Amino acid sequence: MEKTVKKKSNRHMVVNSSLILKPMKQWAWLFMGPTVLAFAIGFVYPFIRGFMLSFTKFRTTSDAKFLGFGNMFGNYISAFKDPSFLHAFWYTALFTIVSVVLINVLAFAVAYALTQGMKGSNLFRTVFFMPNLIGGIVLGYIWSMIFDGILTSMNTSIMLESRYGFWGLIILMCWQQIGYMMIIYIAGLQAIPNDIMEAAKIDGASKWQTLWKVTIPNVMSSITICMFLTLSNGFKLFDQNLALTAGQPFVFKEDGSVVKTTEMLALNIYNTFYGQNTAARGIAQAKAVLFFILVAALGLIQLSYTRKREVQQ
Amino acid sequence: MAKSLSAQKRGEVILSIVFSLISLIWVLPVILVLINSFKLNTYVKTDTFALPLNEMSAGFSNFIKGMTYGNYPFLKSAGYSLMITLFSTALILVCTSMAAWYITRVDSRFCKLVYLLCVFSMVVPFQMVMFTLSKTADTLHLNTPWTIPVIYLGFGAGLAIFMFVGFVKSVPIGMEEAAALDGCGPVRTFFSIVLPVLKPTLISVGILEIMWVWNDYLLPYLVLDRTRFMTIPIHIQYLKGSYGAVDLGATMALILMSIIPVIVFYLACQKHIIKGVAAGAIKG
Repeated sequence: MEKTVKKKSNRHMVVNSSLILKPMKQWAWLFMGPTVLAFAIGFVYPFIRGFMLSFTKFRTTSDAKFLGFGNMFGNYISAFKDPSFLHAFWYTALFTIVSVVLINVLAFAVAYALTQGMKGSNLFRTVFFMPNLIGGIVLGYIWSMIFDGILTSMNTSIMLESRYGFWGLIILMCWQQIGYMMIIYIAGLQAIPNDIMEAAKIDGASKWQTLWKVTIPNVMSSITICMFLTLSNGFKLFDQNLALTAGQPFVFKEDGSVVKTTEMLALNIYNTFYGQNTAARGIAQAKAVLFFILVAALGLIQLSYTRKREVQQ
Repeated sequence: MAKSLSAQKRGEVILSIVFSLISLIWVLPVILVLINSFKLNTYVKTDTFALPLNEMSAGFSNFIKGMTYGNYPFLKSAGYSLMITLFSTALILVCTSMAAWYITRVDSRFCKLVYLLCVFSMVVPFQMVMFTLSKTADTLHLNTPWTIPVIYLGFGAGLAIFMFVGFVKSVPIGMEEAAALDGCGPVRTFFSIVLPVLKPTLISVGILEIMWVWNDYLLPYLVLDRTRFMTIPIHIQYLKGSYGAVDLGATMALILMSIIPVIVFYLACQKHIIKGVAAGAIKG
């Protein structure tokens, strides 16, 4: 019964009788108007304008001057020559790799344990997910209090040593995101058909063998989703970075430039935009475009990867 | 057989105990906020893990100071946070569900273009548009708590449209056709027939938008007129970002007051929240 309904719905997803189509089109302004207008204001226009501004020199949007065809990519070249930007890129990449591995391994382990029919697993699930409800700024300040509480007794601070800032942010992100990824892994684990697991048991597979040969291959789609979610969360991280260390400690170079040792990409772009040197805003916009290309590329790889998997299944 | 069963049970008990301990560690940061919000400022840094007893105790003074700390009333920033979150979420739910229904059913070239742009907007990081967006919002006077929902609708439309279109595609069209034959116009068809069917997705999208808008820092910080309007994240960042000594006790009291409603909200509708997150993740 259900199947026939589904088939029918697929065939008739689009209205083709003019009886309905005509009155619907008359109301297009009401159905589409508000969203399209807001979307144009909140996304399309700022995106196009931002892209154009990356080829200009500007302090505010109205005084933009095109750099000229000979120097069209001047802002991009300056961005690549900026040591703080390069540092932020490598720092972000390293942070993302470490956090992706840690969060996914731990979240999967927790999800696996919680789906073994243990007592109180619902309560544990509630507790592990809780940090996701708290915003990044607040999370950052809670953890900076905790880390400084520990480090004060060692006569140091999270603002003074970059390795503390790095691992502090890793701990914070693990605390926040393990619960989120756990939810997705639990959904994947619960979707494995029972008969597969029973067949493995009857065939005499050990628990370890079942995990590697049956369970993990069957939750590959959840693993892909979580990998890419943590990957893009890592690259786009801003609030927690700002609240925990805000890039401290700073290193002042001989040529007068400053490298903020725990500054990630998003914060670097923000600081370039709203720092004291307002003449660097064109460079900031160029950095933002590069950042967009990086994040979008990751998103597109994810899309094609999940699509491929869907076809296989 | 009996032996292995009892061994299995013992294993389960041990696992339960281990997870109880981990759970305790998991809530510890929140408990530390609670403890330190009752502690005098000077002891927060040196005795973070001690209970606020005897000379360390600040009573409720941190909360009294917290209410106006940062020269801005906390209830005002909390009120703006609540208002912006509710208005933005309501606006997003109504407008994008209508648009998604239209996009799916009419499926014209324009609809396809809007849908494609929406999907595209999902992979664009906020930093790409933040400067031009805040300038645009200024020019159009969308920089108040009453008008910022328009910006949220614009920047948040992508995910919402994507999720609604995914659901509307699976809704059979028969009922809508029947309603049209009975003389029901598109507006009434949508609100009395389509919208009730969309309820599960409305809840999922609503939860995701509430979590996003309530906790969002950078967008309201750049868009709102900062001298007049603050939200909770802006207020807390302002305390730490301002120069001079920070009163950590009062800050913790403020943080506690801002996370208690969130935790109550979570405990009250955790089933929907967890379901909404799972649905959003799998679609996005």
